[in-house]
Parts: sequence; structure tokens; C-alpha cells
Amino acid sequence: MSDQAQKLEEMDLLRFTTAGSVDDGKSTLIGRLMYDTKTIFEDQLEAIETTSRQRGDENVNLALLTDGLKAEREQGITIDVAYRYFATPKRKFIIADTPGHIQYTRNMVTGASTANLAVILIDARKGVVEQTCRHAFIASLLNIQHVALCVNKMDLVDYDESVYDAIVKRFREFASRLNINDIAFFPISALKGDNVVEKSENMAWYKGPSLLYHLESVYVGNDHNHVDARFPVQWVVRPQSDKYHDFRGFAGKVAGGVFKPGDEVTVLPSGFSSRIKTIHTFEGEIEEAFAPMSVTITLEDEIDISRGDMIVKPNNRPEAQQDLEMMICWFNEKKLKPGGKYEIRHTTQDAKALIKEVRYKVNINTLHKIEDDLEVGLNDIARVSVRASRPLFTDSYRKNRLTGSVILVDPFTHETVAAGMIVHR
Amino acid sequence: MTSYNLTHLQQLEAEAIFIMREVAAQFERPVLMFSGGKDSIVMVRLAQKAFHPARFPFPLLHIDTGHNFPETLEFRDNLVNELGERLIVRTVQDSIDQGRVAEEKGPNASRNALQTVTLLDAIEEFSFDAAIGGARRDEEKARAKERFFSHRDEFGQWDPKNQRPELWYLFNGKKSIGEHFRIFPLSNWTEMDVWQYIARENLALPTIYFSHDREIVARNGMILANSPHITLGDKEKVETRRVRFRTVGDMTCTGAVESVAHSIDDIIAEVAAARVTERGGRADDKRSETAMEDRKKQGYF
Repeated sequence: MSDQAQKLEEMDLLRFTTAGSVDDGKSTLIGRLMYDTKTIFEDQLEAIETTSRQRGDENVNLALLTDGLKAEREQGITIDVAYRYFATPKRKFIIADTPGHIQYTRNMVTGASTANLAVILIDARKGVVEQTCRHAFIASLLNIQHVALCVNKMDLVDYDESVYDAIVKRFREFASRLNINDIAFFPISALKGDNVVEKSENMAWYKGPSLLYHLESVYVGNDHNHVDARFPVQWVVRPQSDKYHDFRGFAGKVAGGVFKPGDEVTVLPSGFSSRIKTIHTFEGEIEEAFAPMSVTITLEDEIDISRGDMIVKPNNRPEAQQDLEMMICWFNEKKLKPGGKYEIRHTTQDAKALIKEVRYKVNINTLHKIEDDLEVGLNDIARVSVRASRPLFTDSYRKNRLTGSVILVDPFTHETVAAGMIVHR
Repeated sequence: MTSYNLTHLQQLEAEAIFIMREVAAQFERPVLMFSGGKDSIVMVRLAQKAFHPARFPFPLLHIDTGHNFPETLEFRDNLVNELGERLIVRTVQDSIDQGRVAEEKGPNASRNALQTVTLLDAIEEFSFDAAIGGARRDEEKARAKERFFSHRDEFGQWDPKNQRPELWYLFNGKKSIGEHFRIFPLSNWTEMDVWQYIARENLALPTIYFSHDREIVARNGMILANSPHITLGDKEKVETRRVRFRTVGDMTCTGAVESVAHSIDDIIAEVAAARVTERGGRADDKRSETAMEDRKKQGYF
């Protein structure tokens, strides 16, 4: 393999969301990151130049890069999460670009569910607004560990340090009520390129790195839970061939912790114990498996295991819960039915679920609890209690995003109507 | 002490393997779309890995437009023989002969759009409820909005404005009778990722991906392969150039690039320096601003 190919192989991956209000320069920022990392191609640029001219836009409208659907282009709004990709020699980046409109909380939640980091934009002239708080709250709710707060359009406030400081102070005050580990602040101008890829000469007072440098270097290796061993069985591999006559492997993606051959394990829900015989992959047997690897595990003993079961360690089990407490985000035009029945999916497990009670809704701009209006509709965030038709093996969402999350599905339309994040009392 | 970090390729691979297994578990009759192109070759490798040491629990399906590069078809057949897998081929020619579709006319005629009907007919014929494809979100702006599990109604249509939200690794493949899903395990891969993976896995590819001398016709800034399926305009002439192809579609609408890249490493270097997208040479996407979205709504991949 050439040096170049070798180097590319050593890159890791950062998934981030971008959120901002209308016109705060989010598309310009993404355009800037992609353009300056040479990810926007000539034919793409040509295409959006043509469209910009047709629409009569003054400048090349970089938003057109992310607005892919006809309806989005017609209405000049982003309807759906768009995924964008770019890479530097250090990292590959997946951007979940989510629309900033109030009605699209569901998209923000969707984009945030797989993100390591959230980029939140603030217009330096407007400061912290309702939408900023909403974005920060959703990042916190979805347990995104890292937030990069970009105070944009610094060029329009004469690169004034005091404007920036005031915004940082205001945001810190708000964020102290949230659960975010790491917040980094950047004074930028996406349009002019200040502090996006290169450090700006216009803000000598700013001593930190550029946004891209931060994105390239922020440590996300411990975003997965490597402590609590969780292996939801996805599929049972039975080759039925002469060579692998007795092979019975349990395929899945490690959701937490570390598994090694010889480890004592317990299988839920049966509670039977065994030891790991091999951890099998296409390349051969491996010495350990950890999140987010996809592997196949074989056990010393013949135990009846099927999809939906979970392999764990005997001294560290998830909660077996039939009554679940969770924060949900409602995704459907049809309102939540208290007492209504839905299908619930948790890891590789399916069950029925009954909504027992809506405890409160959250005003996502003020973080206040709403207890006098419990009707849960599209884009609402609420705390509910749910009864599942059988025990689910859960961790709190704070502890493990993969074993702490569920979706609710309408049994008739089959639509995904809600996302839930499990709370352990 | 292990550092519990995976490279970007390892993460993408683990994700795609997860999707493959999820399809096997959630659907009754899945099928893997296989064209002999690089993305579908990567998909076959991922399917092998997902179910190893068992065989993957679905057949391969190729919708043959009749305008494929002969090198690709030869490669397809060799790979299928080597794996001992079941390959189903349905042809656009049959759809034309049966009167299901009409051939386009004119010098830019292409069977690209016609294959949608052939595909939907094949899905119905075999009652497939999930068709796994190699489409990627970085290829095209409408594809950037695709889900991993993409719902199709009973007419095979995609409704981009009303897609199911997809969170974490919880995929909802529930559907009513007659509906099906398109599944895209490579959603998060880029062209570069695919090439790096091909290099890492040492995967064999059809020869047309590598530099070779070929008779071509230059048309509208594109380099098209000369073939019996192309109608020459008055001023057009056939010439020979040293080229390769970045994607493999129909001979009538897949543009070549001038290139001397004759190894995977050369190609990776070329892709890294490329200033035009992979599908920039695809006439099928150039028909209108929303050509891909329009076709996808009809049931195209």
C-alpha cells in the first residue's frame, strides 16, 4: 500500500450536527468548511452557480448545496436532515445538517442521535436567542458530549471582543442548566473565513484554535461506553455446511464494554451462563471486541439464544424493565394517545408498549416543565411512563446511548412516531 | 493496553455489516442488487463478512439494460461463479419486448430510466420485500436525503418529504403488504471510502475502472464509449483516448475520464485530487436539476 493510502487508513471519524436559526450563516459555514477542504467539486459549484443566477440571488447561494429536494429549492427552506461528508488528512467528517425552523425539532433530534459533537451557530448581532437555547437543549437531551458554539458574523460587529465575551457569558449561564461536558467557543465569520479553517488575523485577542482544528482534534474515543458489556444479538449464524457443521454464532454490534474469549457471560432473558469460546470475524478469530464493532460470538455451551437476547457479564447487568420512564420527542402529525398502544423497538428487540402516563412536557425554549397541558403533538418533548409487553434490558440513556434508546412505531401506519431516551430513577 | 478506537473505514464497515444483518432479520425476502460496479462489489464483500462462515441469506439481482459494458458482465459472471451464489438477471430488453416500456429515441436515448420498470417488475415477480443497493449519500443531492431503510409504497415510489426519521441504530422496516424497502448500507461512505476499502480488502474490479485505450465519442463535454448503442451526430467522430471510468452504468450515459491510473493506489491519488464529482460524468443526472429525485420518486435506485 502506498504512503498516501496508508495515511488515509489511519483516519478516524467524527459525526457532528449543525444547528442554527434561519439566516445565521449555517449553510455558509458548511459551504466554507467543504470549500476550504476542497470537498465541493467544480460541477457542484457550477450547478449551484447556475441555479443561483436563475433565482436571481446576489451571491452564489451555498445553501443550495445542502438543499437537495425540489420542494426545498422551491421554498428556499431545508425540510429534511441532509448528510454531508468531508475529510481532512486527520479525520473524516459526517455532518448531519438539520433545518433551523421551529417545526423541525424532529430533524434536529434525528441528526443529533448519532452525533459526537454539535456545532451551534449564533449571529453575533443577535446574541443568544430562543433557538440557540433550543439547539443546546436538544444536544444535551440527546447526550452529545461536545458542543462547539460559533459566534458568527464577527465581521459585522467589527470583530469586537466585548460582543463575543458577552455572548459567551450569556451562553455559559444558560448551559450550566444542561448536561454538556465540553463546550468550546469560536468567534468566526463563515463568510470571510475568519477562524473557520485558518486562524483569523482580524481577532488577535482570540487565543484559541480555528473551528476546523478543534473538529480535527477533539477526542471522541470515549464517547462509546467501554465499561458495561452489552451485546444485543442481532442474528444467529448457522452455516449448515460440512466444514462448519456445529458452528452456532451470535452476530451483533457491540453496544458497550469489552468482550474477550474466555469471558464468563450471562444471556438475557434466560439468565443462563457460559463462556465466550471465540470472537469470530471474516478475517479470523480476534482477541477482543468493543463498541461499535460488528462481530460474531460463539459460546462454550449450547444455549438457546435468538435475536433480541442480550449477552452481558454476570456482575454487570442492565435493568430488566417492563415499566419504563423516558423522555420522548414526538414525530407524528397524529398526537400521542395516552393509554394508546404502540410497538417499541429497543436494541434488536421488539415489543408492544402502552403509554401509561404523560408526566409533563418541556418548554424547550425556557426548559420549564409544562404540567397543565399534557397533549403531546408533533415536535413536542415530554416525559412519559411506558409499560412494555415484556422486560427490556436497558441502561439509562445517559450511560449508554445504544441500550438507553427506543423508538415507538404506530402499529397501523408503521410510521416511527417517537424517539425515546430512557431515564433510570 | 488497547486504544478503543476504530478507523473511519472500520466504523463504516461495522455499520454496513450491521445493516446487512438487520435486513436479514427484519425482512422475509431480501435481495442484493448487483451490477458488477465497484459499489456492488464492495456490498458483496460486506455481505460475506456479515454472515461468515455462513453464506449470505439472499440472492443477487442484476437489472441488465442491455447496454452494459461487456467487461462488467464478464466480471459479474466470474464473481458469481466463484462465490457460488444465486444470480437473478432481468433485462430491460424483455420489458421492451413485453411492451412494458418504450425505447427512448434520438441521439441521447438511454435505457437508464427504463430499468425502473424492469426492477419493479422483478421485485413483484419474486415478492422481494427489501432490495439492498449500493447508493451513497455523497453521490447526488437527492440521495443525500436518503435513509438507510428507505420505504417504498405499493407503486414503488419514494416520498422524500415524508420519510421515517432514523435514529441511533434503530431501523424500522415495518410495512404493509405490497410495499417494500430499499436498503443502503453504504449511505455514509464516500467515493474515497469505497476506493480505500477496495484497496484494503484487495478486491478485484472490472478492467474498465483502470486506464486503457478506448474508442470514444466526445459529446457535451463528456467522453462516451463508442459502442453499437450510440448514435453519432453529424459532426461527431470516433477517436481513441486513454481513459478510465469512475462509475459503471450504461455505455450510453456513463462518461469516461482521461486517466493514466492503472492501479488502485493511482486511482486513490486521482480521486483525492479530483475536482469533479463521480457522477459529474453521468448524462442521466444532467437531464435536469432534479433528475435523480424525479427518477427516485418513480422507483429508481
